[in-house]
Amino acid sequence: MKNSVMRFGNITVVGLKAISRNKMRSFLTMLGIVIGVGCVIVVVAIGNGASKSIQDTINSLGSNFIMIFPGATSQSGAKIFTGNSTLTPEDADAIKAECPAVAYVTPNMRTAAQVVSGELNWGTSIYGVNPDWPFIRSWNCSDGTFFSDSDVKSATKVCVLGATVAENLFPQGGAVGQTVRIKNVPFKVVGVLDRKGGNTMGQDQDDQVIAPYTTVMKRLAGQSKVSMIMASAASPDQVQEAQDQIDALLKQRHRIPPNGDADFMMRSQEEIAAAQNAQMGILRTLLISIAGISLLIGGIGIMNIMLVSVTERTREIGIRMAIGAKGRHVLMQFLFEAITLSIVGGLIGILLGAGGSELVKNVLKWPIVVSPSSIIIAFGVAAAVGVFFGFYPARKAARLDPIDALRYE
Amino acid sequence: MPLVIEIHDLTKVYSLGEVEVRALDGINLTVDQGDFVAIMGPSGSGKSTLMNIIGCLDRPTAGTYKLDGVDVSKLDRDERAVIRNAKIGFVFQSFNLLARTSAAENVELPLLYGELGLARAERRKAAMEALHRVGLAGREGNHPSQLSGGQQQRVAIARALVTNPAILLADEPTGNLDSRTSEEIMGIFQKLNEDGKTVVLITHEPDIAQHAKRVVTVRDGRIQGDERVNQIRVNTQGIAPPVPVEARR
Repeated sequence: MKNSVMRFGNITVVGLKAISRNKMRSFLTMLGIVIGVGCVIVVVAIGNGASKSIQDTINSLGSNFIMIFPGATSQSGAKIFTGNSTLTPEDADAIKAECPAVAYVTPNMRTAAQVVSGELNWGTSIYGVNPDWPFIRSWNCSDGTFFSDSDVKSATKVCVLGATVAENLFPQGGAVGQTVRIKNVPFKVVGVLDRKGGNTMGQDQDDQVIAPYTTVMKRLAGQSKVSMIMASAASPDQVQEAQDQIDALLKQRHRIPPNGDADFMMRSQEEIAAAQNAQMGILRTLLISIAGISLLIGGIGIMNIMLVSVTERTREIGIRMAIGAKGRHVLMQFLFEAITLSIVGGLIGILLGAGGSELVKNVLKWPIVVSPSSIIIAFGVAAAVGVFFGFYPARKAARLDPIDALRYE
Repeated sequence: MPLVIEIHDLTKVYSLGEVEVRALDGINLTVDQGDFVAIMGPSGSGKSTLMNIIGCLDRPTAGTYKLDGVDVSKLDRDERAVIRNAKIGFVFQSFNLLARTSAAENVELPLLYGELGLARAERRKAAMEALHRVGLAGREGNHPSQLSGGQQQRVAIARALVTNPAILLADEPTGNLDSRTSEEIMGIFQKLNEDGKTVVLITHEPDIAQHAKRVVTVRDGRIQGDERVNQIRVNTQGIAPPVPVEARR
């Protein structure tokens, strides 16, 4: 036991000496692994960061959030959008009146327009909603107040600006009380929303204008169908109940039999999150496979150099065998070299990956989450690559005939 | 005198496709402990094959070979590696030292593979003693590139000595050296032989062979001549003075 431990120690010494004798080559050999491991860590960190910020965005919708889209779900599950919206503001009112599990409902009508204030103008999205909107989105005004039910009833020309829009049209501040023109219609600014910041998809959530849906319908969009109905269940426990009630009600209102194909589609916050996660999963799998391929190439690089090294050191192998090295000793020596190269490469890769992640975080301002499991896995794969790709050259070395090896020039 | 080498009816046949080459054809040879034998012969005579078999680098096709009382003619690769490590000290024509490795580390190398399991300090001590015996004390830190040919061959001899083998097996040890340095190296072999070491020398140069006590001539795979000779003595004191440890500064 003591002997075998000692001899393993001797072999590590032999291997380390060989590596340190060829510093430049050893470094270049490691580079493939360094880059591979670094890539895995950065890519996983970016992927995790993106999915976390998507999660945060979705979570900020509120856990009892439900969206109802026009369109249909066929029995096979494929979504078919017929082009014409099947949802009306009256559907929203009916949901509010008749579904006890639903606390708030607003139609949501989107249009895009230039918003003008004096010399300044800003292209943005206009959303027509009702005063339930701030409760559904848990989003309040930092300045002024949201418009009221009576504004909706009488289609008043008032609006609430997102923080980005307010900043661009009123750089000096004091937007509340001013008038902006949207498609030549003057709107009075009654409030400015709290800043929410960008979401992961690169959209600035503060770049929007909110107005009563009646006003948007009459003055801006010129149509009576809504692009989406947003609702929130009375409590997180009642999401499913609220969805069932909405489903029954809308089918009844749209004259669809209870087991027929609906002309609308419902998504809860949880379902949206699940769908987003599935997409992120595909993306992450793709990125990890690319990183995995670079690790593989790194491994092939190690094998290549180890083969060159075995050929180049044929004579050394012959000498070692002549003075008593067994095949096993030579095998272990070269395998140890390959593993050391890949492990040291892996460690450098981890440093590089951590550094690269910081760089992406600080320079590109992307959300980054470095996961310890990705570090462990990348390192483990690097070590495994060393064993796998080091084995063939090492075995080749171990099988050399000492007489031929000694004669090799 | 006990026999170190007992070779009986040894043959080695290489088959090159359909042609069979009998490199060794019925060799009988015994070497006493403490003898100094030169094996001579022109190239193609089979002396290299004989050396490979005596050195346990190769196995005979037929016949027996006992080294230090052990029949080694049927051993497998790993068993032969163990025998080489423990019982044979190789000295090659082209020195065969590891480049970019200090003299002491080169000499320690056989101990790394040995069954003894010596600790680092013990290995270093053994290497220093071996270097001292070949007159290279004080050069242990030098790499082969920093040593002359003669000094490199002395490092190689020290490496061969370090495991205290049953025989020193030298294959054309002076082939790459000038005549003066060759004399020095032969002097070292004679000195080691005087101290009791069995030496087997393979050479094709008659004047080098004359430094041995006995010359065996091989031709066409057979032993053609085997005679005691008047050894050409090298003044070992004058040429390779072993520096006493205390006197080194």
